Amino acid sequence: MLLQPTLRRVGAVAIAALMLGAAPAALFAETPADTLVIASAIDDIVSLDPHEAYEFSGLDYVNNTYDGLVEINPVTLELEPGLAESWSVAEDGLTYTFKMKPGLTFSSGNPVRAEDAAYSLQRAVKLNKTPAFILNQFGWTADTVDAMVTGAGDTLTIKVDKPYAPTFLYNILTAGVSSIVDAETVKAHDVGGDMGNEWLKSNSAGTGAYVLKSFKPNEGYVLEARPGYWRGDAKIPKIFMQHIPEAATERLQLEKGDIDVARTLTPVDVAGMAGNADVVIQEDVGGQVYYLAFNQKNENYKNQKFLEAMRWAIDYQGMADTVMKGAAVVHENFLPSGYLGAVDDNPYHLDIEKAKALLAESGIKDPKVTLSVRNAADRMDVAQSIQNTFGQAGITVELNVGEGAEQLKEYRARQHDATLQTWGPDYPDPNTNSSTFAENPDNSDEAKNTGYLAWRNTYDPGALTAMSQAAVLEQDPAKRIEMYAELQQQIRDTSPFIVMFQQARETGVRANVKGFYTGGAVDAVAYWLATK
Amino acid sequence: MTSIPNPAPSRLGQLLRQIGSTAVTLFVTFVGLLMVTFFISNIIPVDPVISILGERASEAQMEEARERLGLNQPLWTQFGIYVNNTLHGDLGTSIRTREPVLQEVMQRFPATLELATLATILGVLFGVPAGVIAATKPGSFFDQFVRLVGLMGYSMPIFWLGLMGLLLFYGHLGWVGGPGRLDAVYQMSLDFELTQYTGMIMVDTALNGRWDMFANAFSHIILPASLLAYISMAYISRMTRSFMMNELGQEYITTARVKGMPERRVIWVHALKNVMVPLITVIALSYAYLLEGAVLTETIFAWPGLGSYITDALMVADMPAVLGGTVVVGAAYIGLNMLSDLLYRLVDPRART
Repeated sequence: MLLQPTLRRVGAVAIAALMLGAAPAALFAETPADTLVIASAIDDIVSLDPHEAYEFSGLDYVNNTYDGLVEINPVTLELEPGLAESWSVAEDGLTYTFKMKPGLTFSSGNPVRAEDAAYSLQRAVKLNKTPAFILNQFGWTADTVDAMVTGAGDTLTIKVDKPYAPTFLYNILTAGVSSIVDAETVKAHDVGGDMGNEWLKSNSAGTGAYVLKSFKPNEGYVLEARPGYWRGDAKIPKIFMQHIPEAATERLQLEKGDIDVARTLTPVDVAGMAGNADVVIQEDVGGQVYYLAFNQKNENYKNQKFLEAMRWAIDYQGMADTVMKGAAVVHENFLPSGYLGAVDDNPYHLDIEKAKALLAESGIKDPKVTLSVRNAADRMDVAQSIQNTFGQAGITVELNVGEGAEQLKEYRARQHDATLQTWGPDYPDPNTNSSTFAENPDNSDEAKNTGYLAWRNTYDPGALTAMSQAAVLEQDPAKRIEMYAELQQQIRDTSPFIVMFQQARETGVRANVKGFYTGGAVDAVAYWLATK
Repeated sequence: MTSIPNPAPSRLGQLLRQIGSTAVTLFVTFVGLLMVTFFISNIIPVDPVISILGERASEAQMEEARERLGLNQPLWTQFGIYVNNTLHGDLGTSIRTREPVLQEVMQRFPATLELATLATILGVLFGVPAGVIAATKPGSFFDQFVRLVGLMGYSMPIFWLGLMGLLLFYGHLGWVGGPGRLDAVYQMSLDFELTQYTGMIMVDTALNGRWDMFANAFSHIILPASLLAYISMAYISRMTRSFMMNELGQEYITTARVKGMPERRVIWVHALKNVMVPLITVIALSYAYLLEGAVLTETIFAWPGLGSYITDALMVADMPAVLGGTVVVGAAYIGLNMLSDLLYRLVDPRART
């Protein structure tokens, strides 16, 4: 009989498969003691070259493998000396002199010299990748940067094209694009004049607490601590960053102890872990702001009474407590909390009666707003809340739901009526948001100044443009802060922008993990202080 | 006696004709595939340049990028270049990572292949016998049970099933490994401790003799593979049942039974052998489906395969990557179809002439 053995064999294999599935249970280990295992969505990484990286995950990596001349203290978030120990600015405000810290080395063992610092800033400009525009602001171009940034021995000299506020330069020197790379090592890996760009995608050449061991796009990276880090050796020898895009999956792994840190949890996951003593939720703010923008091609949006009516017809706190819970906090000014000069007053709150009265004063009858919103759950929730409260105040809202990139195209072409958007700052200086919300040098359609949010909304900020341009040149730090306070208040009360929230972050860590600092609104994460 | 004509030349000619027509069909299918994917990706109202340069880029920078990427050329010219490059093995460069798409796809494909293969093996192992037994006892409890299980496999969303599976078998029972292909401790050292021959971790660990890692890899793959196997089993068992029902009603089966052949032999040898022909197509289709259709499973299980690659690329309008991934899946589909065609000939003597 041919069949029975066959059947028996099939059965045996099936049972073996089932048994094997159950067997490896005993093999599971907690995360290794010498490794911090972090889960996050890191598919935003474009490049690990510090002069090209410009996304959250890429900048997190750069912050732990490279340093700048000036740094942000990961705990206090204050400026502090980085690879430069001191600096001064000349009377005319055009020339800066940085003195390098002595005795520092790159991970290759090469000493850190002023030449490396000069090469790095020149390289960032000449590579001309996405974040290069941050440095271009000082008048540094591929042609001029060699003459404007020079280094010899322990002294780096930086020239700028206008007498900017010194804090503007210092803040920008903390950004990822200002990272100092090991010039000799990078030059040795130049291929076809790429200044080592290809090589730095899978290697690190910095002074940071960690060096890159391996990187696989959309899978993860491994970092290894190097001894003798100038800010003190990293407490945990290895970092393993694992790409786990699905929040529910992250939560499960965190609860099981298979990862130490989960960085992309949703409020639902956080709420679900409330009773778990093995997990601690850390709260922090991020740099993004959520705002409504109204295109002044529609004359209604030039009516100040109408704009004010809308400001009182939004349930800021209600949304922060429900649909945005854990993901945002109420914030009504364009500078995120944590930025130099950020104003934290939130004068507007839901007041339907006041909104109705203002609407009546405005003289606009039965106004209709077409609000463009991208088809993501959180955005839709916010839009529907606004639709509801505006409706109560007598303003009809029609939602125009679409795909994000499509809506961005419409927004950049001034084709929207109103839109719900977020804006993330480009570098840790107030000018990054001030220049886009409060400046619009040419309001004509032909100007195509798509980089200015004011332009996209056909909004001419009048005197504010000049004030914002003056603020970035203000030498007196206290005066500079005052100017930004004024700008924020003006935009908040008179512009067609309604800033509603600032991004909040909830990071889940195992209870034994301490000292995991995510960098707030101004900086990226610091791995080297973490312990477990 | 008239001489019997030598059948050799005609048979050879026939074979050549068959190969020729298959090749032509293949080529046409492939170009058709390229055409559909290319033009669909061009209808989508997404500007890839925004995703490359970011929100803050000026119009001039965007125009420059369009020029550099050849996006300003007529669509047919772009398509011509695309087909030519693809036939030369150049799938273009990913807009997002600026790496060659072929290289990226080849890094991701083994993970998907490993998962789909194990899932198909499990699906066949359970699905075919279940279908056969159900067909021999129509209306029985077992038949109803298989029907119910199959129906659930069809209709339950894999997303939900995956999360529930993780919650139960990984979260509560701890029987299987979590998301990802290995535990963190192994995953980290993968590149340093293992010679990677195929990119399929279970194969590579076995070839390296790293049985600890093999067991760990197995504990990670078994849950997603079982889930996919469940879906494929649902399909295979239903199809096996209906093919068998049809076959068991044939006269030769009655003849065999009348001749006193043991029932088991009638079912498992005579009937099943004939059912194998259509069944091969069903299995090949289900295998191909798993190669392309495991997107959600890959997301939930953080499985770095082709499905999640294509999805991630789609999210940022990285069209060369989407097209490249689709072309590889399509090529695998065409390849599998050819393979099942070939297997027909082996199994079914009628197809040989």
